[in-house]
Amino acid sequence: MPCTPGKNLKEINSTTWILLCYGPPMVGENFTAQEFSGSGLACRRGGRLVFEGLQFAVPRGGALVLRGANGSGKTTLLRLMAGLTPAAAGQLAWNGAPVEDAEQHAASLRFISHLDAIKPALTVTENLNFWAALWGGGQIPHALQMLGLGHLAAYPARLLSAGQRHRLALARLLVAPAPLWLLDEPGNALDDSSLAALTQAIADHRARGGMVIVASHGAAFVSDGNTLDLGTFAPTNTAHWSDT
Amino acid sequence: MGASVGQGWNFDVHRFANPTQFMRIANAIFPWAAGLSALLFVVGLPIALVTSPADYQQGETVRIFYLHAPAAYMCMMVYGIMAVGSAAYLIWRHPMANLVARASAPLGAIFTALCLICGMLWGQPMWGTFWVWDARLTSTLILFFLYLGYIALGDAFEDPERGDKAAAILALVGSVNLPIIKFSVDWWNTLHQPSIMSKKGFSVDAGMLLPLFLMLGAFITFYIAVLILRLRSELLAAKIRNARLSQVAVNHAPQAAE
Amino acid sequence: MSVFTTVLARDLRLAIRQSADSLTVVAFFAIATVLFPFGVGPEANILARIAGGVLWVTALLAALLSLDRLFAVDFEDGTLDQLVLSGVSLPMVVLAKVSAHWLTTGVPLIVISPVLALTLHLPMEGYLPLLLALLVGTPTVSLIGAVGAALVLGTRRGGVLLSFLVLPLYIPILIFGTAAVEAATTGMGFTPMLSVLGGLMILALTLSAWATAAAIRQAVE
Repeated sequence: MPCTPGKNLKEINSTTWILLCYGPPMVGENFTAQEFSGSGLACRRGGRLVFEGLQFAVPRGGALVLRGANGSGKTTLLRLMAGLTPAAAGQLAWNGAPVEDAEQHAASLRFISHLDAIKPALTVTENLNFWAALWGGGQIPHALQMLGLGHLAAYPARLLSAGQRHRLALARLLVAPAPLWLLDEPGNALDDSSLAALTQAIADHRARGGMVIVASHGAAFVSDGNTLDLGTFAPTNTAHWSDT
Repeated sequence: MGASVGQGWNFDVHRFANPTQFMRIANAIFPWAAGLSALLFVVGLPIALVTSPADYQQGETVRIFYLHAPAAYMCMMVYGIMAVGSAAYLIWRHPMANLVARASAPLGAIFTALCLICGMLWGQPMWGTFWVWDARLTSTLILFFLYLGYIALGDAFEDPERGDKAAAILALVGSVNLPIIKFSVDWWNTLHQPSIMSKKGFSVDAGMLLPLFLMLGAFITFYIAVLILRLRSELLAAKIRNARLSQVAVNHAPQAAE
Repeated sequence: MSVFTTVLARDLRLAIRQSADSLTVVAFFAIATVLFPFGVGPEANILARIAGGVLWVTALLAALLSLDRLFAVDFEDGTLDQLVLSGVSLPMVVLAKVSAHWLTTGVPLIVISPVLALTLHLPMEGYLPLLLALLVGTPTVSLIGAVGAALVLGTRRGGVLLSFLVLPLYIPILIFGTAAVEAATTGMGFTPMLSVLGGLMILALTLSAWATAAAIRQAVE
């Protein structure tokens, strides 16, 4: 796969490119966004108001861990942050400026959900190639190596175990850089060494100025991240319209 | 994304934004529409079915026309209202516009069914058979399927809001296709139909206009009155869902203050 | 590579790896067509009279069978989420997927249609208009079907609902597609019908991708 500049890396010289493509670990001040935040956010799912009046802010290089009981809206909030689910109220902002261009917003994030978007009929490399081509990235060997999938590159994805599939999904994070990572329960189905790799990937990403928002009730992959408890923003359910 | 929508109603009620003002107007219209509809039916039906002149060719069967024609008009008009409501919902996110479209669909389907049944009953004495692949009957039948598809799609989702949006897109797609279907069916009809069948000498003479307009008025006011009733019951149903959902939510999140 | 070619290449590769899916559609087309002689009797003149219509109706039904999965697989495994989040033009993605669908189901249907026309005793002069009408008409079938396929994502009975929504919209294609064959077999020109089919395709090309993209966006919400 030829290495082509990503949207956020327009001003990097060719030497850095070679480093980025083939030379782990990646260093350098790559991401320039100073803050990703949201204010007054409310969201409905299936007619139910899941949360309201929600605030958050993640600084450059920062991390945010979402916590809360089942049904408190962790996944919903991540999908809202990604721009998939529209907010019933409130807005998201980059560096204080409200998100207006949904496509541009989408291009600056990577979203890992419990759906792995893996095509069993394609090989491991082909699966990643597709996203690399769309996102303008090309660090596939590096991504596979980071997550311990290097030896499986040429195998069809249908042969992978659940844990390997999940690692392949996580490898999308490393294929093409984007400042914001949204991770929904990324530790599920991972063994200890894969967890260590994930922890390392998150630390590297943050060291480059990336931001991580992770929903998790299990292991901590993020050191010194802030915690957001969604229970705090459960709706109070008082408003009703007057009878007509 | 993220344009601030005023904090107001919790839960499902959001679908309809603030319905109070809309319903205030609707409720003021309701007695007039219902009363006028009843009056027009009481006056119009005897004129249409008894006192108006019989057709010199078709005799008494022409009276079916006084139900058939207004129903045919209504099924087009209601689809138009649905298309406009759906567009208003998708473009300006006006929830009441969509509610009007969703509540109109079953009414439109019933008018279309009435139009088809009258057409078939009229066809028997006119053509000697209940069904002829006449251009207008065929288009109306396709319109009936479009109505049923809209209703089925709107009700096919667990999340009512998804049904709203999918049905609105379908209504717009349908409204773009309707003229094409109409044109195709007309063309197909002239290709296959012997000309004696498609146009049997029938023109509306002056004596028929009064009962025709009375019945059309009765149909339109009937539609408005029933539409308002349907809007009312839909909003009440939303309230019930709202109350139930709030109980579920309390079970889910015990820390939420009731 | 552009978005269009990237998505097209992936869908084609998937279709080739899972070629049984395309073959099933072609097999359905063949079996459904072969049913008609049993239904209306094997008299050559009757079959010749209805051949164009039968082939068109069964082709529409066969295409519908495959349209059911056009977006459903990508919806269920999360690929649609990722595509919407890729910051690329969604209508372009839709056009690429529809093109792949047409190449992997529309084209095989066209290729096998003359063989099936033989079994229905289609008159010689009907073959060219049949092939041309299918060539111009089936892309519209895929384009309109894509809107329906995106609208029914996440419903309980997607496949049946899809047929219900989309078949009425196929009537103009059916009318002009069949009329082209009929015109040729009765010694008239068939170019006007092809022009109408071409017009329908251009209209579908301009509108369907946007409607489908809108439907996908609301499906992944």
